[in-house]
Amino acid sequence: MIQGKAIKYGNNVDTDVIIPARYLNTADPKELAAHCMEDLDPEFKNKVQPGDIIVAGTNFGCGSSREHAPIAIKASGISCIIAETFARIFYRNAINIGLPIMECPEAARDIKDGDQVAVDLTTGEITNLTTGRTYKAAPFPQFMQELIKAGGLVEYVKGRMGAQG
Amino acid sequence: MGMTMTQKILAAHAGLDKVEPGQLIMANVDLVLGNDITAPVAIREFKRMGAKRVFDRKKVALVPDHFTPNKDIKSAEQCKIIREFAYDMEIENYFEVGQMGIEHALIPEKGLVVPGDVVIGADSHTCTYGALGAFSTGVGSTDMAAAMATGQAWFKVPEAIKFVLKGRLNKWVSGKDVILHIIGMIGVDGALYQSMEFTGEGLASLSMDDRFTIANMAIEAGAKNGIFEVDDKTLEYVKEHSTKEFKVYKADEDARYSKVFEIDLSSIPLTVAFPHLPENVRTFDEIGDIPIDQVVIGSCTNGRLSDLRIAAQILKGNKVHPRVRTIIIPATQRIYLEAMREGLLEIFIEAGAVVSTPTCGPCLGGHMGILAKGERAVATTNRNFVGRMGHVESEVYLASPAVAAASAITGKISSPEEVVK
Repeated sequence: MIQGKAIKYGNNVDTDVIIPARYLNTADPKELAAHCMEDLDPEFKNKVQPGDIIVAGTNFGCGSSREHAPIAIKASGISCIIAETFARIFYRNAINIGLPIMECPEAARDIKDGDQVAVDLTTGEITNLTTGRTYKAAPFPQFMQELIKAGGLVEYVKGRMGAQG
Repeated sequence: MGMTMTQKILAAHAGLDKVEPGQLIMANVDLVLGNDITAPVAIREFKRMGAKRVFDRKKVALVPDHFTPNKDIKSAEQCKIIREFAYDMEIENYFEVGQMGIEHALIPEKGLVVPGDVVIGADSHTCTYGALGAFSTGVGSTDMAAAMATGQAWFKVPEAIKFVLKGRLNKWVSGKDVILHIIGMIGVDGALYQSMEFTGEGLASLSMDDRFTIANMAIEAGAKNGIFEVDDKTLEYVKEHSTKEFKVYKADEDARYSKVFEIDLSSIPLTVAFPHLPENVRTFDEIGDIPIDQVVIGSCTNGRLSDLRIAAQILKGNKVHPRVRTIIIPATQRIYLEAMREGLLEIFIEAGAVVSTPTCGPCLGGHMGILAKGERAVATTNRNFVGRMGHVESEVYLASPAVAAASAITGKISSPEEVVK
């Protein structure tokens, strides 16, 4: 179970504002986290607390394939992203690196900035603790559940390569 | 029910007779690509996986093109990681500065992608190679790492939107206008998770460069890939550039599409995307006087020879506006050399533009033309997000090489009609 304060953004949050390219000359998660969301919300790094949940509109993470974007968000302490829809490369990247994401239009629209939100990753149930409302995100397909359970794609591949000897 | 081009290619690479939209598959890849930003992370993850060798040293391509020639010490360190990995793994397609070009112009030029291939690249514009009738898509670094180790990648089989093209483009109108027009029509998430499949009798009139430009920006509509039906022009291009064996896949007659759009190419006007989304398109009757500070002609979208020829045609005998820094970036060394031989570089320099070595540089706000607060650029690049080319309060207007060159002369966003009589 994940629980945290909602930090809310709009539609089409792109990877250039999540982590501007001027900081991509490093792959260090801590350095990337120091500039996370800088061009959209300069206050983000001051207000984010470990466990907080980003709630956003449609097409979250559109643009570049930079895995630095979910890495920066994860290293900032964000525990989960709830959005109406995700851009597909961001979606893959988040699952591959083990950053939980939930596609749930209703929750994404209803939850307000600052609300306390709980997420059950196994059932896909999202609870707004501030209002008491609950929502249900579509569960992940079996294969993705295996990926997530393995701890991301690195561990999954490690397991497969090990099995092949 | 029949399959789309993309579905057929994916089925063949997963060893299946048939796939359905939404199905998760594990497919063999024909090429895995990375650049100086994404490959260092992939190499780190590759090592974490415990992998010792890449699955096939001929099927991995590493192109340090974003922050190169190394713009600062940190970038130099990133490139060094790639270089050492390439040497250790004996990667055949590592392109050092001097051989290097912008990856999505370089890879087709080197003949590394042919029709029917499955290609993944840790760069969102990997979708460019759909112009050749390949399935080609952008992924992240961890996907790249897994594919370098195993030769495979997981995919969710996409649905497709079909674009049936007819007619011919009007004078000055190019592939860039076509794709900006389409993104304006369907929006930046209009093709989310889907393929964009291009077909129809209008295809024949589009050059390969136009097709590369269109497929390149499929990602800007949220698409998984853009793909063109293979025709004589494709086959001619492949014959000229590659010795790889290939297979042509055609969509089944009864393939199912989530949507079908008929587009008359002759109805598409010159199109410019305003800040801060590529869907925010305007035509010249809606633009008015917008003064600019910089023009960039280049990138994986529009840095090919035909783009430079168009720019030269407009700039020839003219001078760029004294307030406009005009930066022209041939996408590969071969394009650079050819532009030199044709006299294009002389035209650019005489006009007061600068010509750079190949690099992604300014497109993503890396180097070679960063914008200050409040500055505006007309660029032939692919994204105009907040802060994309520099300061968070700078602006990027996306346009074709013809519009960019004309704008460089007048100092405001201009149609070529204004400067070429």
